[in-house]
Amino acid sequence: MAATIESSPLTLRIVAECPVTKARVCDLILPHCTVNTPVFMPVGTQGTLKGITVDQLEDLGCQICLGNTYHLGMRPGPDLIEKANDLHGFMNWKRNLLTDSGGFQMVSLVELSEVTEEGVKFKSPYDGKEILLSPEKSISIQNSLGSDIMMQLDDVVSSTVTGPRVEEAMHRSVRWLDRCIAANKNPHKQNLFAIIQGGLNSKLRKACLDEMTKRDVPGFAIGGLSGGEEKDDFWRMVTLSTDHLPREKPRYLMGVGYAVDLVVCVALGCDMFDCVFPTRTARFGSALVPWGSLQVKQKQYAKDFQPIDPDCQCPTCKRHSRAYLHALFKSDTAAMHHVTIHNISYQLTLMRSVRQSIMEGRFPEFIQSFMKRMFPSRDQYPSWTVDALASVNITLQ
Amino acid sequence: MAGGRMQLELSRVVQGRSRLGVLKGLGRTGQHSLEVPGCLLYTHFGTVPHLTQDTLHTLRNLPSVTQVTLSNIAEHQEVLEEFKDGFRKFAGLHDTVVYCSLHDPATLCPTGYTTNKTVSVWGSGGRIELTVAKFMALQKTVQPDWYQSMADGETWQNSTSRKRVRKSVDRTLAHLDECLLVHQKSQELDGVEVFGVVEGGDILEERVRSARETAKRPVAGFCLDGLQTASMDQRLRTQLITAVNKELPEDKPRLLQGVGRPDEVLACVEAGVDLFESFFPFQVTERGCALCFSFDISPDPERAGRAPPEVLELSEEKDAAGDTKQNGDLNHDDQTQMTSFEINLKDKRYQDDFRPLVEGCGCYCCKNHQRAYLHHLLVTNELLAGVLLMIHNTSHYHGFFSALREALAKDKLDLLKTRVLRAGAQQMEREEQDG
Repeated sequence: MAATIESSPLTLRIVAECPVTKARVCDLILPHCTVNTPVFMPVGTQGTLKGITVDQLEDLGCQICLGNTYHLGMRPGPDLIEKANDLHGFMNWKRNLLTDSGGFQMVSLVELSEVTEEGVKFKSPYDGKEILLSPEKSISIQNSLGSDIMMQLDDVVSSTVTGPRVEEAMHRSVRWLDRCIAANKNPHKQNLFAIIQGGLNSKLRKACLDEMTKRDVPGFAIGGLSGGEEKDDFWRMVTLSTDHLPREKPRYLMGVGYAVDLVVCVALGCDMFDCVFPTRTARFGSALVPWGSLQVKQKQYAKDFQPIDPDCQCPTCKRHSRAYLHALFKSDTAAMHHVTIHNISYQLTLMRSVRQSIMEGRFPEFIQSFMKRMFPSRDQYPSWTVDALASVNITLQ
Repeated sequence: MAGGRMQLELSRVVQGRSRLGVLKGLGRTGQHSLEVPGCLLYTHFGTVPHLTQDTLHTLRNLPSVTQVTLSNIAEHQEVLEEFKDGFRKFAGLHDTVVYCSLHDPATLCPTGYTTNKTVSVWGSGGRIELTVAKFMALQKTVQPDWYQSMADGETWQNSTSRKRVRKSVDRTLAHLDECLLVHQKSQELDGVEVFGVVEGGDILEERVRSARETAKRPVAGFCLDGLQTASMDQRLRTQLITAVNKELPEDKPRLLQGVGRPDEVLACVEAGVDLFESFFPFQVTERGCALCFSFDISPDPERAGRAPPEVLELSEEKDAAGDTKQNGDLNHDDQTQMTSFEINLKDKRYQDDFRPLVEGCGCYCCKNHQRAYLHHLLVTNELLAGVLLMIHNTSHYHGFFSALREALAKDKLDLLKTRVLRAGAQQMEREEQDG
């Protein structure tokens, strides 16, 4: 289906809906290829996925990954990337890219100078110069990056902050959404997603949902969560959001990546997820497995001759043992790459299994056996997961 | 003798010294072969640096012999003993011949720890002392297809006395005899090849003595040790190797340790060396550089006239990179100095250079990525830089050896030398003019 100048660069086809929970399976048709949801999107911050080639990423079945506007906007900068035929051309990634706005780095990384109505003023860590990241500037950079999905610049406030600042940030995010929409030079090629804010306050979140869903954007992200807040508050905000987001548009829950969180939030109605955790933890030798994680660098694995996960089909598990990887960590960086590949494979395979189970009408059973595998016993299930799943008609056994 | 089936078949000997041929009968079943002059596949603990099997196998025509080193392996002896099935299986290696050397050629060891009965290697946890007994126990556990016998090569420092050099020759011969004794009694090493190691520092008589004596032992071939890049200039190296090779049987291979720079390789092939270790591409990778020297000896007039752009940039390259030493300069302290066979991709000029690393290179990196991207990866300290550079540098280096063999086959060695050394020569010229 060729995209004409009038057609949308995003089409969502709902393939299946779970009759018990709020989970759905969709095909998200984007400019570079179709993305099967629910989907986990690996994060390739600086135009590369930490030691993995684009071929390896493709071979793992990845259909969409992230690039970071703040980092790439600093180095190598939007002008150079434009010259390189946008970020796809620069990294030679032929599938989809999603870029965030740069807003999150304001909270997490940078010496914050000032947030005003204009934008966020901060000091460049490379040359100390003062930079203003406005909605217009963020969209301009993302237009140069040429990502298939762009995120609005939102006024990001840590989820542990309370008080009037949260309300101020929510309203400002709405106003910045409008400015982002206006600034998008490529609405027929690049999709702009809104980001629902409102912190952990239901009223504010509802108000934000009401306002933002009035705008005609192709998709919505649930933001301002996954920042150290209580899980009890977290899931309630997620489910409140999905209750009030349109069914026929994708829901992207930002910054969520632990396996348990993914499964629960799929049940709560989310379609897309991203997180640095799986790739970051890999570099420390932490391998993700259905029963938690395995610290390959620990002494107990020095003589363990099985693969990380005997059931895993990834290139690492098909060829190498825990013992070999344990030893290799002392000799070469490739050890990190092996675990990174495994962890990406784990995440993508998990989502594929979730998807399959929803399509086959057995998602509730999938959740039960997933939890059983992950935790030693029923009384070790985190209470928030019990509550969250109960809210969508799943009684954990 | 519990040897294998290794056999060197020479097809040409050029000007009485440079040898072209095939080393056959490699591996336990003898079905692998390696063309000479050639290089081994350099690894850290069985892994080509930065590469997993997927990225490694984007390279075609990999050498059939994989080098592993006791400096990486020794600390894992217990694990391997428990594993029982040998290193190749433990590492999940592809179908390859495993050659086990003592030291990692890319790292110079601290000196002063060798004794009459022991040599030392340095693992991640520190120094490990090896007696012949422990050395051979390791070989039995690693189960390589071929290994070098234990040797004392601590003669590469300038200040090494004649007495010390003599000791290294004596000890190495004693170690060889002991190794062979154990080898012959070990069923686990049945079919495994042993190379003797020729020492002698920079003293001609000791070199000759070592070679003569080692040649008397029942070994499958010879390692030439103590001639590392850092230890002496090429003129002396050529002189010593030539003298050594006169004492060695023509039908057995000669493996030169610790020498990898293209100009040195050419000179040493001319002196009669057959095999090299391929650690040089790794060193180039670690300094964020890409090999780009031309080894094109095709008769195509259009191609012959095209000078690689890198050559003209060299003077600017030098200013940008700091102290680029001339080829042939002694550099005891730092083998990590950039050579004129490579470009420094961290240099600002590559920021918006959208060409591949080397035009016409068929490696994964050059087919998929551009200099600007590599520059970005290096500036941002991204791990992928090492992966891509290692792929390219390995590919380029093996291409060079392929061209070398072709040049020997077609009597074009002089043309190849001109191509390869032109970069270095122009550099020296410029410095003479400036100086």
